Amino acid sequence: MRATPPPVPSPWLAMAALLRRDLRLAMRRKSECLGALFFFVLVAALFPLAIGPEPATLRLIGPGVLWVAALLASMLSLGRLFEGDHQDGSLEQMALSAAPLTWLVIAKLGAHWLISGLPLVLLSPLLGLQFALAPEALAMLALTLLIGTPVLSLLGGIGAALTLGVRGGGVLQSLLLLPLCVPVLVFGTGAVDAQMRGLGAQAHVSVLLALLLASAALGPWACAAALRLALE
Amino acid sequence: MKLFHYAAPHHFYRLAGRCAPWLAALGSVLALAGLWLGFMVAPSDAQQGQAYRIIYIHVPVSWMAMLIYLAMAFWSVLGLVFQTRMSGLMTRALAPTGALLAFLSLWTGALWGKPMWGTYWVWDARLTSMLILLFLYLGYIALTSAIEEPRRSDRAGALVALVGAVNVPIIYFSVKWWNTLHQGASVSLTQSPRMASVMLSGMLLMSLALWLYAAAVALWRVRSLILARERHAAWVQQLPEVLAQRARRAGT
Repeated sequence: MRATPPPVPSPWLAMAALLRRDLRLAMRRKSECLGALFFFVLVAALFPLAIGPEPATLRLIGPGVLWVAALLASMLSLGRLFEGDHQDGSLEQMALSAAPLTWLVIAKLGAHWLISGLPLVLLSPLLGLQFALAPEALAMLALTLLIGTPVLSLLGGIGAALTLGVRGGGVLQSLLLLPLCVPVLVFGTGAVDAQMRGLGAQAHVSVLLALLLASAALGPWACAAALRLALE
Repeated sequence: MKLFHYAAPHHFYRLAGRCAPWLAALGSVLALAGLWLGFMVAPSDAQQGQAYRIIYIHVPVSWMAMLIYLAMAFWSVLGLVFQTRMSGLMTRALAPTGALLAFLSLWTGALWGKPMWGTYWVWDARLTSMLILLFLYLGYIALTSAIEEPRRSDRAGALVALVGAVNVPIIYFSVKWWNTLHQGASVSLTQSPRMASVMLSGMLLMSLALWLYAAAVALWRVRSLILARERHAAWVQQLPEVLAQRARRAGT
C-alpha cells in the first residue's frame, strides 16, 4: 500500500505564514527595527544643524534631505533581510519548500517594507514640518515615500540577496544599490518640488508608479534567482 | 552547432588570440585616420573655435561607454539562458574597458565644459547619468571580484548587469525627460546631420576605431581570464606559451 503524498500547502498560505513570522520576529527585536527609524530622524535633524535654521533654505532642501535620509535608512536595514535566515538554515528550507521561492521572497520583502518602510512614510510629515514645508508639500512627500519606499525594498532585496555571505557585503551592497535608486530619488523629490512650485506633480507620480510596477514585476524574480545562487 | 563550438573556453581562447591583433591593428589605423581628419583637415567651429575638437574623443568614448554596458547585458542574458561558461568571462572582460571609457567621457566632458559653459561640472542629466553608469561598472567589478566561487560570481554579475541595463535607456532618454544644459544630440539617424561631413566622418572613424579597440582589449583580457580559470585543465598545460614559460622558469 502506497502512502498518500502529503498535501501541498497553498502558496498563499505559505506567504501569509512567512509574513506573520517575519513581523513577529521583528516585534520581538524592537530595537533593530526602531534603529533604522531613529537613524532617519537623526540624519534629518543633522541638516538644519549643519546648514542653519533659515526656514527658506530648509524649505528648499527639505524634500531632498528627507528622501536621501529615507534611502540611507532603508539601506541600513537591508543587512538582516536574509542574513538571519541564511545563518540558521531556514532560507534553504524556503528554497526547498513546495511554495515557489519568488512568492516567499515577495512575503519577506512585504514584511521588510512594513517594518522599515512604512514607519518612515508615517513619520515623514512630522519631519517635514521641521523643514517648514507647506501642508500640500507634506502630503506629496508622504505620498511619494509611500510609492517609493516599496521600490527601495524591492531593489534592496536584490542587493541583499546578491551580497549574501560575501565579504564586505554591506559596503558592496550600497555600491550596487545606490546608483539603481537614483531614478526613484529624482522623481520622488521632483514630485514634491513640482508641487511646491504649483506645477502639479502628476507626471512625477505617474513615473514613480511606473517604477514601482516595473520593480514589483521583476524585482522578486531577480531576488529569488540571486538567493538560489547564494544557496548553491 | 558551429556557433556553440566557440562556447568552449579552449576553442574561444584560440579564436580570441587570432582575432585580437587584427582588430587592434585595424583600430589603430582607423584612429590615426580619424585623428588626422579631426585635427588637421576639419575646419574650426564657427561658435566653439578649436575647443570643439574634443568631440572626436568625447562623443565616441561616451557612445562606447554606453554600448559596452549593453554588450555586457547581452552576454549576461546569453549566460543566464544557455549557461555558457564564456558569457560570464566576456562580461567580466568588458567591464574594466567600459569603466575606463565612462571615466574618460566624464573627464573629456569636463575639459570641454570649462571653456564652453564656464564650469567643469554641472548637475546636468547626461553628466549625472554617465556618472551613474561609471558607478554601475564599478559595482559590477566590485561584486564579481568579491565572490570567489566562479559560477556564483558569473551569475551574480549577470544579474547585476541586467538590472543595471534598465538604467541605460534612462540615460539615453534623460536628455528628453529633463530639459537642461547639455546640447541636444548632434547626430541622428532620422534627420540629416547638422554637422559638416568632414567633422562627421572624423567622428565616425574614431567611433569605429574605438569599437575595434574595445573588442581587441576585451579579447585580450578574456584570454587571461580563461587561463586563470582553466589553469588546472589539461589543454592549458599543453599550450605552447605555457610550456615555453615553464621551460624558461626551469632554465633559470
